[in-house]
Amino acid sequence: MRSLAPLNWSLFFGELVSGLTLGSIYALIALGYTMVYGILKLLNFAHGDVYMIGAFVAFFVLQWLGGPLSPAVTGWLAIAIMFAVAMLACGALGVGIERFAYRPLRAAPRIAPLISALGVSIFLQNSALLLWGPQFRDYGTFDLIGVHSYSIGKNFFISNIQILTISVSIGLMIVLALVIARTRSGKAMRAVSFDREAAEMMGIDVDRVISFTFFVGSALAAAGGVMFGIVFGQIFSLMGFTAGLKGFTAAVVGGIGSIPGAMLGGFLIGLTEAFATGYLPGGSVYANLYVFALLITIFLVRPTGLLGSPVIRKV
Amino acid sequence: MSPVPEDRPGPIVPEGAPVPPDEPDRPRVGTDEWVAQVEQRREAGKGLTGVIARAWERVPPPGRLLLLLGPFAIFPFITNEGNLFRYGLITIIYALLAIGLNVVVGFAGLLDLGYVAFFGFGAYLYGIMASGHSGHHLQAEIAVPIVVVSTALLGLLLGLTSWRLLGDYLAIVTLFFLQAFVIFVNNANGGLNDFSYPFVGKVDLTGGANGLDQIDPLNWFGFKITTTRGYYFYTLIALALVMTMLFFVNSSRTGRAWRALREDPLAAEVMSTPVNRLKLLAFMFGAAVAGFTGTIFGAVQSGAFPGDYDVGLLITIYAIVILGGLGSIGGVVIGALIVNGAPELLRSSSNARFLFYGVLVLAVLFAMRPWYRSLVVLAGTVLFGLAVHAIVAATWSRGTAGHIEGAGTLGRALDHWVLLPSHPERIAGWAYFALIVAALVLTIVRGWWRVVVLIPTLYLAAFVWENKLVEQVSGATRLILLGALLVVIMNVRPAGIFGTARVEVV
Repeated sequence: MRSLAPLNWSLFFGELVSGLTLGSIYALIALGYTMVYGILKLLNFAHGDVYMIGAFVAFFVLQWLGGPLSPAVTGWLAIAIMFAVAMLACGALGVGIERFAYRPLRAAPRIAPLISALGVSIFLQNSALLLWGPQFRDYGTFDLIGVHSYSIGKNFFISNIQILTISVSIGLMIVLALVIARTRSGKAMRAVSFDREAAEMMGIDVDRVISFTFFVGSALAAAGGVMFGIVFGQIFSLMGFTAGLKGFTAAVVGGIGSIPGAMLGGFLIGLTEAFATGYLPGGSVYANLYVFALLITIFLVRPTGLLGSPVIRKV
Repeated sequence: MSPVPEDRPGPIVPEGAPVPPDEPDRPRVGTDEWVAQVEQRREAGKGLTGVIARAWERVPPPGRLLLLLGPFAIFPFITNEGNLFRYGLITIIYALLAIGLNVVVGFAGLLDLGYVAFFGFGAYLYGIMASGHSGHHLQAEIAVPIVVVSTALLGLLLGLTSWRLLGDYLAIVTLFFLQAFVIFVNNANGGLNDFSYPFVGKVDLTGGANGLDQIDPLNWFGFKITTTRGYYFYTLIALALVMTMLFFVNSSRTGRAWRALREDPLAAEVMSTPVNRLKLLAFMFGAAVAGFTGTIFGAVQSGAFPGDYDVGLLITIYAIVILGGLGSIGGVVIGALIVNGAPELLRSSSNARFLFYGVLVLAVLFAMRPWYRSLVVLAGTVLFGLAVHAIVAATWSRGTAGHIEGAGTLGRALDHWVLLPSHPERIAGWAYFALIVAALVLTIVRGWWRVVVLIPTLYLAAFVWENKLVEQVSGATRLILLGALLVVIMNVRPAGIFGTARVEVV
């Protein structure tokens, strides 16, 4: 157990940067949860597994391009292709999941789609286990683009990979915010999330909007999965469960249904995890317990999350 | 049960009651069409299932219990020790767990995804109080009540969150609770990274990833249960008691209040039902049952291992509850038999083969209408397979080079039908992917197109089964099938197989 040492700025900044990196991944996952929840009021348990599959798709794209040691294109372009393919594939997967596992259950009691989602999650996870085995796969980021560390001042270090992760994630969030605020589809999404029936009566194709939402959310989760692979090198078939749980926690902490809330929640969870690892007793193995404690605390204080609007239940 | 004449739909008027003077079409206060016609709908069940359902309804409750559990009591006398443990004891343990979960999910409608943690908590707490690992050896009559009470209290704590959280929020908090439990028991071994507790310092509580071993057998008043058969009857009696208790609870005030809570929490609250207290009660009841089952499981295994209390078990128990029907007491026993029995049969690959093809053929026979289509499909699949096999054998000899290991008659026949490449890894992966797509396409197409798509899909399923799924029948395959089963059942019958359909008020 490390004692609290407020003057150890190197540790502090180290945890800060790794917290932001983790947080940007969680935020991307949280966005998918929060968008789906905003529209369908459905907790999409399979979302974490979509994230895992995104990481694997990118891995196989990298192998197809020749592997990290001798890629057919330059490293950065390879990464761009990995992002693009993984996001498209997982977007399609998300649309498929919605079409076959959730759409037939629109009129069913609330618990039915939840259990269906649980089934999809366990199905995807074990399919990955069956096809790709339980072993870790290595992205080989070091060989692919090289890892450089930049320092600002004496104690602040940040690597090019961390810069890449944080900036790509913030970039994607800005794009998402613009899509939702400015485009026709975004407007339709807002309308459906506000009142599905009224939106339908106004001539909005609700099914298409829901498909679009699943596409965008799943693509963002895939981007998160690729980032995880790039930052930590290793991906495995059971990585989706914990990440999905954290992503949902982030969405809930920020206020589910609220998109800025998901981003805020993601960073908060990432930072909590990083600082718990660095500073709290037993943190290196019990970081998740501290995240759980944070979740419970926030629920007790604000059951609708930090930026969530109070729930008005209609009878 | 008084049958209502066919010619008088609508509200039931008691015999001899004065006929209302006003016109009959007027909506009547205090009667509901749907409720009034429940008997008619029940009588309307067609075919064999309807006959069985009606016969079942006529059996008095003690008879039902005997019918459900009687076969279990005979089972130990016709089988050996290993089978008794795998098929019998584990099935009863699952049934007991599922009944506890059914109270929380099926009766009270609270989606508790941390349920398995209570089961693990029971096993670990019993292990801490009575094992060579911890050095304490408490008698069961002291340890088991302590476990049950403390698990119920833990359930109370977790249940407190349900006061403020709605359905899905509760699901995630409880799931996280399970995750936290697994992380905790995996690491609380007093090791380098573990907590240092106030007053006592570092303590080896759970043995970490290696598990808590040498748990004592249950020792009730000096009478030790040591054989599998002993545990089997002990658990069976517990199951019968819990089922009886639940039967009475279900028809009591509390049971009705739980159902009201499940159907509409807001309306129940307005009717001055003590919603919060009922939620806690459901959580505590479920947790206590799980904790009690945990002591049995820990004692039987003489150890508690973190991997046993994870999401895999949670899914299994949920599958049982859903198969059995949410809120159905007897259904979970049947659900447990199916969910535990089928994968255990899958364990030997030749049994698994019979089961797999048997289920495929039966599914085609029962699901296709009209009947001759199913024959067309089956014949078509056989011919299709022979044709594909012949073509591949002629063009690509490696495609048929493999053989089914340890094959019986069925296996030898399949050797000439299914493609068995010498190195199936990669191609089977793609075939698995194609099978999923084909199965999804099947749900969209209609009429004869369905027959056309079904034939290659069935062949593909056989190919994937022989080349990929059969390798991991007890691991990934089992969970894949369970996951798919959950999705399919929810799509076909959201109330579960033996559950009663609910009214959805629009």
